[in-house]
Amino acid sequence: MSTEELKKIKSNTIVDARGTACPGPLLAAKKAIGEIESGEIMEIYSSDEGTKNDIPKWCNKMTHEFLGIIEEDSYSRLFLKKA
Amino acid sequence: MGTELETQIADLKKQVNQLKEGTKDQLSMVVFSGDMDKILAALIIATGAAAFDMKVKLFFTFWAISALRDPAKNGKGKNFIEKMFGMMLPKGSPKLKLSNMNMGGMGTAMMKGIMKKHKVASIEEMLKTAGEIGIEINICEMSMNLMGFKKEEMIDYPHMTICGVATFLTDAAESKIQLFI
Repeated sequence: MSTEELKKIKSNTIVDARGTACPGPLLAAKKAIGEIESGEIMEIYSSDEGTKNDIPKWCNKMTHEFLGIIEEDSYSRLFLKKA
Repeated sequence: MGTELETQIADLKKQVNQLKEGTKDQLSMVVFSGDMDKILAALIIATGAAAFDMKVKLFFTFWAISALRDPAKNGKGKNFIEKMFGMMLPKGSPKLKLSNMNMGGMGTAMMKGIMKKHKVASIEEMLKTAGEIGIEINICEMSMNLMGFKKEEMIDYPHMTICGVATFLTDAAESKIQLFI
């Protein structure tokens, strides 16, 4: 999805994992995904560079749909739809 | 002739069963080293794998067992040598040293400072997380005996078992990933 499209998304839940290092964001995402329903959207805030590569791979394995990334000044917003 | 065929059939049946069982979505790791950095790496991989919904089984053996000692607990009924070992080996994860650049403890202290700055979880925090997400820790009984460690001096961990090499082999055989750290 393009940044414009992503910006319009209203996420069902936001996981703020800024300030944690690997595997912090991944574990936070794993914990939070259990609290939303299938088809709902989760957004992860991360300041860890590696997360941008890791979360898409995690989504692939868990069959969640990775929607894309919005880059903010000091962190990234990663969007995914729960399978 | 008849018995030969029977043996062959039995062999084939065994192989088919193994194929049927296949490998599980499971990570099996031997944690051997008692170095702080290596234990940390093992725990990062383990918790990461658990986030991937993999079943994770850690087999702690030799020096790594020091990381599971509870600084506040003591083992009972130790002989002289066991007491000596107990004194010389790190009593719990906060006492572990870096495998490189320890520099008499200075390097390790510096590394802990850097870890805090980068918000990398400590081994104690990682072990707590590992327990919460169901990672299994199996401790090699033989190593425990060699080092003179007792079960009662280990940390309170929800999924901890004392076992032997057969447990590791069974776990490893059905795991997709096996590691030795």
